[in-house]
Amino acid sequence: MPAHAVLGNALGNNANSWVWWAWIPAHQHEIYAYLNEHLLLTVLAVGYGLVIALPLAVIAARRRAVAAVVVPVVNAVYTIPSVALLGLLLPITGTGREPAVIALTLYTLAILVRNMLEGLRGVPADVLDAADGMGYTRRRRLLRVELPLALPAIVAGIRLATVSTIGLVTVTFIVDQGGLGRFIQDGYQRDFHTPLVVGIVLSVALAVVADLLLVRVERAVTPWRRRAR
Amino acid sequence: MHFAHFLVDVWHWLTAGAQWHGDDGVPHLLANHVRISISSLLVAMLIAVPIGAWLGHRGVGGVVAINIANVGRAIPIYALLVLAVQIFGITSPTGFGWTGSFVAFVPLVLLGIPPMLTNSYIGVRDVGDELVDAARGMGLSEGEILRRVEIPVALPFIMAGIRTAMVGIIATATLASFTGVDTLATPIYIGLGTNDHVAVFGGAVLVALLAVAVDLVLAGVQRSIVSPGLGTGRAGRRRAMEPVPQAA
Repeated sequence: MPAHAVLGNALGNNANSWVWWAWIPAHQHEIYAYLNEHLLLTVLAVGYGLVIALPLAVIAARRRAVAAVVVPVVNAVYTIPSVALLGLLLPITGTGREPAVIALTLYTLAILVRNMLEGLRGVPADVLDAADGMGYTRRRRLLRVELPLALPAIVAGIRLATVSTIGLVTVTFIVDQGGLGRFIQDGYQRDFHTPLVVGIVLSVALAVVADLLLVRVERAVTPWRRRAR
Repeated sequence: MHFAHFLVDVWHWLTAGAQWHGDDGVPHLLANHVRISISSLLVAMLIAVPIGAWLGHRGVGGVVAINIANVGRAIPIYALLVLAVQIFGITSPTGFGWTGSFVAFVPLVLLGIPPMLTNSYIGVRDVGDELVDAARGMGLSEGEILRRVEIPVALPFIMAGIRTAMVGIIATATLASFTGVDTLATPIYIGLGTNDHVAVFGGAVLVALLAVAVDLVLAGVQRSIVSPGLGTGRAGRRRAMEPVPQAA
């Protein structure tokens, strides 16, 4: 390779370099669109996951028999590779947002149920006794005592679920979704480095930003922990 | 009913003779999938468990050892597979035939390390001081304390890390079929390209069965090698805190 070509590759001013800088402004519309799709899939999956996991965890925390069924089932779903889960959904739903959101939601359940259950079970028995002694109904005890005390564990679960969902969204290119995963697949199909690198960097950046934001939420909902520092 | 007919087609697909012979047959694909997964798990284990256990024994490097699993989670795994193809090319370099596929092996080892490193670290770090003091008082060397006391006691935790890593590795090997590596998910990849939903569904059933079966086998291994005395003790109770595996 002639010297100027090596230099060109290193500086990123042609299509063979790892990042061809000129490609990025030329594709800003796709970047926004895919970033948007990535965020939407993540928010939908974690949102639906919360709505489903919370009642499951509350019932499982009260009844051992329910926990003995729910926990192994959500864990078994989690061991199914995403390619297979999407493949199982595809003949039923066809391609599109539906199978992607269903699969991503199912994966959040293992994380969310486990963390919520841990949080709810971690509420000390004497606190519950005190609430009962004060005449709290079971519902009021749940809303005013158990859930607030379980909140740190629940938010930690949301953090984990969000970060791993952001990583997983990229795989949904299989059902014609994918968010930033579309760049990764494009980079693979055309053996073209730039979209691949852009996809990786933005996806990791999204995960880091989401994690940092949720750390702040975690701190905001656990003011008593700040005193310890 | 429409879906019932579809399931009958899937059954015919699964039981067709052609599915079970040759290079595209299930036995060959399954063997390759298992070979890639086991070789990368073993190499990742040889790297992660000694480092994690030693750091846990010394009580140093906690920030890195604990956070490495979280950092790993944020990396899109499919991208890692594609990156490996673009860096190494699709064919295995000579001498790496035992890996099944070198381009899948490298990313799989990388993603297998974090859960095992983190769990070995936490498991060994949290072994009771009284146990370590007693072992030291009996004249065991530091290496012996690690090998004969701390690692056996931390075994439930280390095994949980190994299972977590294996789940991730099996799943990612599945994804590797989309970068041209022969795995049990190859029928899914081909079926998607040819719009053959029967092959997609049939392949997905096989992959899901493999993933669940491997996890059950490792759960059995865990039960047979962990000292029964740990079931009710501190380490037994800590099992509830297993870290969440990485999905792929």
